[in-house]
Amino acid sequence: MRNWWKSGAPWIWLTASAVTISIVVVVGLLMLIAVRGLGHFWPAAVMEANYLTPEGQQIRLIGELRDEETVPAYKEPKIQVEGDSITRYLIKIGNREINKLDFRWVLAQNLSNIHHPKNLVVIERHEWGNFYGYLKAVKENGQIVSEGETAWGELQQRLARTLKIHEALHEIERGEIGKINYGLEQLRLQKRRLELSNDTDPVKHANIEEEKSVLNLAYEKLANELGELNTSAARDSFTVEIMDGQEIDIQMSKVVRIIRPNSLSLTQKVGHYFEKGWEFLTADPREANTEGGVFPAIFGTVMMVIIMAIVVTPFGVIAAVYLREYAKQGFLTRTIRIAVNNLAGVPSIVYGVFGLGFFVYFLGGSIDQIFYPEALPAPTFGTPGIFWSSLTLAILTVPVVIVSTEEGLSRIPSAIREGSLALGATKAETLWRTILPMASPAMMTGLILAIARAAGEVAPLMLVGVVKLAPSLVADANYPFLHLERKFMHLGFHIYDVGFQSPNVEAARPLVYATAFLLVAVIVMLNLAAIWIRNRLREQYKSLETT
Amino acid sequence: MTQETPPLTHINMSSLGREENGLNLDKEDICLEVKNLDLYYGNAKHALQKINMRIPRKRVTAYIGPSGCGKSTLLRCFNRMNELVDGVRIEGEILLDGNNIYHPSVNVADLRQRVGMVFQKPNPFPKSIYENVAYGLRLQGINNRRVLDEIVEKSLRGAALWEEVNDRLHDNALGLSGGQQQRLVIARAIAIEPEVLLLDEPASALDPISTLKIEELITQLKNDYTIVIVTHNMQQAARVSDYTAFMYLGELIEFDDTSTIFTNPVKKQTEDYITGRYG
Repeated sequence: MRNWWKSGAPWIWLTASAVTISIVVVVGLLMLIAVRGLGHFWPAAVMEANYLTPEGQQIRLIGELRDEETVPAYKEPKIQVEGDSITRYLIKIGNREINKLDFRWVLAQNLSNIHHPKNLVVIERHEWGNFYGYLKAVKENGQIVSEGETAWGELQQRLARTLKIHEALHEIERGEIGKINYGLEQLRLQKRRLELSNDTDPVKHANIEEEKSVLNLAYEKLANELGELNTSAARDSFTVEIMDGQEIDIQMSKVVRIIRPNSLSLTQKVGHYFEKGWEFLTADPREANTEGGVFPAIFGTVMMVIIMAIVVTPFGVIAAVYLREYAKQGFLTRTIRIAVNNLAGVPSIVYGVFGLGFFVYFLGGSIDQIFYPEALPAPTFGTPGIFWSSLTLAILTVPVVIVSTEEGLSRIPSAIREGSLALGATKAETLWRTILPMASPAMMTGLILAIARAAGEVAPLMLVGVVKLAPSLVADANYPFLHLERKFMHLGFHIYDVGFQSPNVEAARPLVYATAFLLVAVIVMLNLAAIWIRNRLREQYKSLETT
Repeated sequence: MTQETPPLTHINMSSLGREENGLNLDKEDICLEVKNLDLYYGNAKHALQKINMRIPRKRVTAYIGPSGCGKSTLLRCFNRMNELVDGVRIEGEILLDGNNIYHPSVNVADLRQRVGMVFQKPNPFPKSIYENVAYGLRLQGINNRRVLDEIVEKSLRGAALWEEVNDRLHDNALGLSGGQQQRLVIARAIAIEPEVLLLDEPASALDPISTLKIEELITQLKNDYTIVIVTHNMQQAARVSDYTAFMYLGELIEFDDTSTIFTNPVKKQTEDYITGRYG
């Protein structure tokens, strides 16, 4: 025993088990969010069953089985049970406008005759969530055109047409009309600018009016087009029999997608899975963020991190170069170094408050007064936005960049510096030509750490620029293409918003996992990109590892 | 007494194949002159004490002495490398072609272009072989490809490295062997055509064959450059140098032509050192 202790084996076991536990925890976490999140897009089977309600009513139930739990019997006092526990199912019954709630807990023992009819349809709608039932008839202008078995094929054709119209509508609304609105807003600001500078040049005013009328004309034309498309989209509808036997008419224009999940083959299910996954990645959110995609949030997160990286890298590197290369090493530099290291430990919300007070109100307010007086009192930069968010995160992460750059600079052998100086280089030349390139892998390490920290940070952003739903992306086709003053969506905030601020928590839960998985994936990808660059630099300057 | 006197050193000067051409410092063209040089590290350490000596042009001058005697420190005074050390104070003068290099009007970068240096450990930059040699030229603003190509080749030939690397000029210099790296560093130094080449124990980190190559190279280089070399290896000093200075505890004990130092030193300390009684 004594020898066993002396051999060091317990130490090896202790350290190895610490590593094992860490790995298990991390892998377990990733597995959990991956399985829960990615399972969301798989088309669930829809069941039909008879159900005896606790009130003693016999009803038909149509929906997706979402969850199952066993609870102690006392939680359902109204029910007679054998044993002391009871099993409940969570059924997604959809049809929100009729059932009030999308989800319903039912008692397993009261369910009977569970089966999965092949012709049950699931209708995904732009609003009000899913709709479940049996397709009865397809109508055009209120007249039945198809019934029974042929109705399904007819429905698919007409849906394709309506979706095409919907896409055109969307294009006009978001694209062209958006552009016109942007133009009108710019003209309004131009006019205001003229008024503010007391410029009464009639030619300029006339020009503005003329441009305005051109835009208004274009708008009229588009509005007409929109009207026509809307009428055309409203042509078709169809009738669905829901679980209580009612027949409900649904406008085709309200529909995103219709499937019969119970009759899908495996390949069709896989196809549906990827279609939904793709929609999640590329579409805008719908239904208070509980449906649709998260593209604006992905875009906002990545843009914010990139802008932060562009700001923080030069800033941190320059500061580190001064501290390490030029400043006289002594009490003052030591104090500064300690202060910088401690900055990394300040709670991030404090940075958020600072960002709001200093960047948004002070800097942003001043910028508005000087450069955008025409838009006042509506603020341009004097309100939370992506640029201020990036700056706030930049000061949050600048210590990391400084510390690792300094580390890199101090690891460069003095022989290299002397070699350069001995060839007649000045200190600045030595820095630029030799030292900084050799320290670049360390800078990248700092940047990697900064990105990892910034991409996961949410709390300060809530104060300086993140919103639940941003009307437009930070970059678009309107000059100047990158709108740094705009608010943006962020995956981290999206998780919080969907999971905890949503009116429909049950529907949102899988999305929380899916978004969390996506956030992790985005951070991993940003990091991998930075690591790839660093490794290439390391390869180039590998002398650091050998000397 | 004269009959029984064993040879002063275990080094047999006549076996080294040196051409004894009657070197005499007084007849030499003087390149560097050290006048009353004192160097202090901080306030306490008096590292060089009242050094006075003249270094002849286009000759190899070697410094020998035990570790810590100040020979490297003195070498680093010739291109003002010591100024990089915090708390160094230098008094006295060093004249390069008659001009004091410590005069306030002297530009250190210009001085270092005239006085090149090769360090103990090979220190190529993590760049290609070509870029290493071109480094000093680019600093001078020479970016013309043809000019660079020409000087790079000339310098690599001058450092006896061209034959070994001409097919991989654009490979990373860190892929070379230690001996090749050291010759690359010499090529880098001679690319900017300095007047003086300072060698700080250039072969101490190398294997015997590489050492031999470096020594051959030094003998060639002295046709064009004034060479000052610091070495631990007395054999090496005896083989390559024309003049040898012996330093001890920050003082220049004796300076004369190499065969005199090794066969007939004036000072007792020199004799003790080269016969291996201390050091």
